[in-house]
Amino acid sequence: MINKTIAELSQELAKGSVSSVELTKACLERINNSQKTLNCFITVTPELALKQAAEADKLRSQGKAQALTGIPIAHKDIFCTKGIKTSCGSRMLDNFIAPYDASIVSKLMAAGTVMLGKTNMDEFAMGSSNENSYYGPVKNPWDLKAVPGGSSGGSSACVAAGLAYGATGTDTGGSIRQPAALCGITGIKPSYGRVSRYGMIAFASSLDQAGPLAQTAEDCALMLQAMAGYDEKDSTSVNKSVPDYQAALTQSIKGLKIGLPKEFFGEGLHPDIEASVRESIRVLESLGAIIKEVHLPNTHLSIPVYYVIAPAECSSNLARFDGVRYGYRCENPKNLEDLYKRSRGEGFGQEVKRRILIGTYVLSAGYYDAYYLHAQKVRRLISQDYENCFKEVDVILGPTTPTPAFNIGEKSADPIAMYLSDIYTCGINLAGLPGLSMPGGFVENRPIGLQLIGNYFEEAKLLNIAHQFQQATDWHKKRPEK
Amino acid sequence: MSISLEAIERIAHLARLPYEHTPDSHPIQDDLNRIVQMVDQIRGADTKGISPMAHPLNMSQVFRTDEVTELNERDQLMLLSSKAEAGLYLVPQVIE
Repeated sequence: MINKTIAELSQELAKGSVSSVELTKACLERINNSQKTLNCFITVTPELALKQAAEADKLRSQGKAQALTGIPIAHKDIFCTKGIKTSCGSRMLDNFIAPYDASIVSKLMAAGTVMLGKTNMDEFAMGSSNENSYYGPVKNPWDLKAVPGGSSGGSSACVAAGLAYGATGTDTGGSIRQPAALCGITGIKPSYGRVSRYGMIAFASSLDQAGPLAQTAEDCALMLQAMAGYDEKDSTSVNKSVPDYQAALTQSIKGLKIGLPKEFFGEGLHPDIEASVRESIRVLESLGAIIKEVHLPNTHLSIPVYYVIAPAECSSNLARFDGVRYGYRCENPKNLEDLYKRSRGEGFGQEVKRRILIGTYVLSAGYYDAYYLHAQKVRRLISQDYENCFKEVDVILGPTTPTPAFNIGEKSADPIAMYLSDIYTCGINLAGLPGLSMPGGFVENRPIGLQLIGNYFEEAKLLNIAHQFQQATDWHKKRPEK
Repeated sequence: MSISLEAIERIAHLARLPYEHTPDSHPIQDDLNRIVQMVDQIRGADTKGISPMAHPLNMSQVFRTDEVTELNERDQLMLLSSKAEAGLYLVPQVIE
């Protein structure tokens, strides 16, 4: 059952060829055997998982099973899970037991999923390699010398390694799509407002979105169906009906116009990744899609704008971690200022502190207009670039990352080199558009991903195209050697 | 534009992060300066007539009826703090 997808398992569970308890036990054993090597999990919840699996099997026996009933999944440790440690990959929350469930956790539970545990991640979702975690780095199941990507590195690696059949992640500048690409799986960042952020520990509130990671577009569709929808507890949640993502998968893509941004194929892109993207274009053309060159002239400003806005918003969001009401508190503070500074200094890692400092700088008196306000205006220019493209094409296609997975330690000393991993992904967060990454081949024996970018609330179209591509190719069926 | 060690000290204080000038301070200064140099690229963009985009969907704050809907879970939530007593969070003395 290890190589089966969620959709296939759902059928096996329905036929009775396997029970949820059996599936869950097998996942827990694989997690236990791989934890020292891969380090995908911060917390494993075996008792809860087996209890939920037994309940799922009981529901099934009563004829009440849904598509996701009994499917073992994992949650990124950024989502509050009631009564269970929720660390956000940080020493700051190492002692934090969430007092409530995030909305997407409740929704996936109501859909019948079984929670195996909480996955490792870059601290406070800040990173592109899962090397910034207080709990140590995650290894890429395809090559243990390589990073899995980040910040949803644990979620991505655990799906790629067959430890869970699906996992939740979050994406602020690429943190679902980039690790999905580097681990050879599928992941989708929905439109801003499509999925509730209630209970999702905030990094950058105008950019953060939750989404699924799984082996296939079909599996992502099943998970997103359960996750998406209006939530009155999130004031940025959009009250728009959720389409039937599964029904949309089988539509023909004949006549679909796909745009290739000239700016995504320039300097810095690994030539073999470009070759893979061009090969995938031939596959999509054989399915009837029409390819057209488009322009996103402000692409080169995506990273600079992102690294003004995201740190600014994070400096505000992380101000709540002061050692008083929850989280890490330093020993023997001399006074209140010492309490705040040492709790935060000792609780946060280097990258988090770096981004808080940058964020504070760009918001400070004398610099606010030149940096933050100006970045917000350039953000609108970037958004308008996409708006203009969607007047000519239905979706945009390109590489997810400029290179395959890099080695652990290769970029950790150079923040700028790390930030450049997000060149093709962060513009989509700035615009609030949906983006999907699907497996597109291998370069230097490491997976690479293809990115599809859609117009607002067109997740169904992205999943449809990815599913059709996955019917015509088999990159998504490859698995790392055990 | 580059950030001086004094500026780093000032913004660290604003952010309530610890910072002291030491011989080891220069790597932090170098990192921050490289990041600022990178983000300085936005200064070249022509944004005449462009309004700032704070929200990706240009939404504004939604409101609801001003009525109590949440449960009072004070005691349960205060258990999350390492230093809380009788409904109060304990901190070092702030009033002389």
